[in-house]
Amino acid sequence: MFDFLIDGFGVALSPLNLGLAFLGAVLGTLFGALPGIGPINGIAILMPLAYTLGLPAESALILLAGVYTGAEYGGRMSSILLNVPGDAGAVMTTLDGHPLAKKGLAGPALGLSAVSSFVGATIAIIGLTLFAPLLAEVAVMFGPAEFFALMVFAFSSMAVMMGKDPIKTAIGAVLGVLIAMVGVDSGTGVLRYTFGLAELYDGIDFVVMIIGLFAISEILLMLEHANRKDAEDEMPPLGRVMVSLKELAHCKWTMLRCGLIGFIVGVLPGTGASVAGAVSYTTEKRLSDKEGTFGTGDMRGLAAPEAANNASAAGSFVPMLTLGIPGSGTTAVLLGALMLYNITPGPMMFSERPEVAGGLIASLYIGNVVLLALNLPLAGLFARVLTIPRWVLVPGIAILAFAGVYQLHSDLMAIYLMLVIGVFGYLLRKLGFSLAPVILGYVLGGLMEDNLRRALSISGGDLGILWQSGISIGLWVAAVALLVLPWLLPRVLRAWQ
Amino acid sequence: MKFNSAFRHWSSLLALSGVLLAGSAQAQSGATECIAPAKPGGGYDLTCRLAANALQETGLIDKPMMVSYMPGGIGAVAYNHVNGVRNDDPNLIVAASTGAAVNLALGKFGKYDADEVRWLGALGADYGAIVVKADAPWQNLDELMQDLKTQPGKIVFGAGGTVGSQDWMKAALTAKAADISPRDLRYVAFEGGGESLAALLGDHIQVFTGDMSELRPHLESGKVRVLASLSEERLGGPYADIPTAAEQGYDVQWPIWRGYYMGPDVSDAAYQEWVNKLKTLSEKEKFAEMREARGLFPMSRFGADFDSYVKGQVAQFKQLAEEVGLTQ
Repeated sequence: MFDFLIDGFGVALSPLNLGLAFLGAVLGTLFGALPGIGPINGIAILMPLAYTLGLPAESALILLAGVYTGAEYGGRMSSILLNVPGDAGAVMTTLDGHPLAKKGLAGPALGLSAVSSFVGATIAIIGLTLFAPLLAEVAVMFGPAEFFALMVFAFSSMAVMMGKDPIKTAIGAVLGVLIAMVGVDSGTGVLRYTFGLAELYDGIDFVVMIIGLFAISEILLMLEHANRKDAEDEMPPLGRVMVSLKELAHCKWTMLRCGLIGFIVGVLPGTGASVAGAVSYTTEKRLSDKEGTFGTGDMRGLAAPEAANNASAAGSFVPMLTLGIPGSGTTAVLLGALMLYNITPGPMMFSERPEVAGGLIASLYIGNVVLLALNLPLAGLFARVLTIPRWVLVPGIAILAFAGVYQLHSDLMAIYLMLVIGVFGYLLRKLGFSLAPVILGYVLGGLMEDNLRRALSISGGDLGILWQSGISIGLWVAAVALLVLPWLLPRVLRAWQ
Repeated sequence: MKFNSAFRHWSSLLALSGVLLAGSAQAQSGATECIAPAKPGGGYDLTCRLAANALQETGLIDKPMMVSYMPGGIGAVAYNHVNGVRNDDPNLIVAASTGAAVNLALGKFGKYDADEVRWLGALGADYGAIVVKADAPWQNLDELMQDLKTQPGKIVFGAGGTVGSQDWMKAALTAKAADISPRDLRYVAFEGGGESLAALLGDHIQVFTGDMSELRPHLESGKVRVLASLSEERLGGPYADIPTAAEQGYDVQWPIWRGYYMGPDVSDAAYQEWVNKLKTLSEKEKFAEMREARGLFPMSRFGADFDSYVKGQVAQFKQLAEEVGLTQ
């Protein structure tokens, strides 16, 4: 049954393909690290190149898959070092990653995130190898009603993030949902909150949102502190470079759990690395944050989203390879690449073009090892970004932010929008809001609304569809349990004693 | 701290080169350019790349054509940009499709309508398809239509666009052919064809109105059944067994052309030069291969012919939109 994998390793270990896997990993890390260029753009840029170079199908796919997985590694760097997520999957990484860097633990944080990424991706690739066809059948059982229930579950698990200031968290999440409402209504095509501006029809783009909210507000905060000589302005000491085995052992269960969560979320079509990061972080906080250290630089809070976002990237290959249905925006582009090579994705691919299917899966194993080997030693080097003085760093981030948004949209309106959102983010931070609920509300709110509307247009407005299937009921029960149990359990226990 | 200062030096250089890398795409001038009015990777990207690669490989242009992206408003941002800013650029073409004609008909392209730009030509087309799951009770289009007539509320259609989009138009025209008002149609809008197909396989919707080329990977998998192709005639190759809707007694056609337009104030000479270039290209054998590799069927309409075709389509969509009350 694993003949295709053995053959696949034969294909992937050829010098050309090995070189391409390495090149893809390096480029992907770079694309992930630069804000604004995520895996989708990276692949879209390289795909025509691979085709023009006349690379055989499996080699092209190996290169592009390397870029995809590499980007999930690279996205964490600016999250940890600068508090600016490099791509969608790395939003939650900022929560504990950046506080760690501020404590002078940037090196170990980068090392830990590389290891967590490796563990998460490995779990997912093994899952992909063993259970792909089976999982694909389960994935299509998720319809609009089930996705809606999943989003309800995600929102209720967000309650754990409320921590000190539940009202501000709730307001932040609602603001995020509000921003997600801008644009053409996905059901009826009616324009909402667009003020007659064609630039707003497609809604507020994720990259514009993330760069504005995080990078621009960060720049503004840095500027505010630029001329002060207070303690906060001191460079954090660089400290150790390598992550210790003890720290890794401390996070082992987190990595395993979150790798699994990320894989499952990745397999579902329509949800990607950002949802995986959010669900895993909140779940992990619920499970293991006994001392309330999450959000202040807890290693486990960093390992959770990092394991999950890499796992989801590998997971999204499941529906693509077995059903020919993309599990994420990036695999949708990869699917286009396959079509260009006249290859039929789907169950037939394993029998008709085993060298492509096997080679791709084998290259995921190899790419993952390459990425770990590449990222661990570099952690110390990258950590030195923190020693760059502010007068270099601030304009540097600004240039990257502006260039990143402009290359994506070739339109000044996107830049203005980014600046407005940036000022908005800055005000929120000055008022003591956390940005994570805003971005989660934005990501989950859009999905939640779309799927609610879809479910209701299937049923013709009958709300019953929302809890018709076993999957939805399970998710509803879990969501309610998450909200009620923490409040109920201690009381029940006390009554018992 | 020698290393430190070296690192500072290099890191800023690295940042700068990253910016240059991103910016260089915009900096070239004089060469030809194709704007894909979307993010990289979609159908408009494909349309631009077809022109760029084919023109280059057949030697019709000597410098590579640059493909740039201008997402926003499902093409409206690029349309406004070409009408307002680069209205006379003789080196600029913009990718368009049936979807753009639909949005023009619905007045979603702002103050500009279809008469503003110079419609250049179409290099290929895709066709709509009516798809059901392999174990669905309907063996042909007629059986589906009969059931639809008796219980329109029980059969849910889905596709990758909103109500009013070109994906919806396929479902609406099919319903109309069965004498059912598109207003009574149960239609679910997904994010792209992939999600719609997943919903079809998971029994969440019963009919998917997709495009032929995206179905090619699924023809042999045995998981779906294509009831009808919305083309004038049967399509060749792997699609030869799929009957057209017209064959089955329902006059529904839905070609999705992929073509280009230019700014309103481009000189006649420059316009004609492009028309000739595309026409010559479409006759090359090499081009046919490249078109097929991208899942597109032949379609050759250029210059005045294409211009009147697009305008006629827009008028037709306008009428349909009014009938179902889509226009405000």
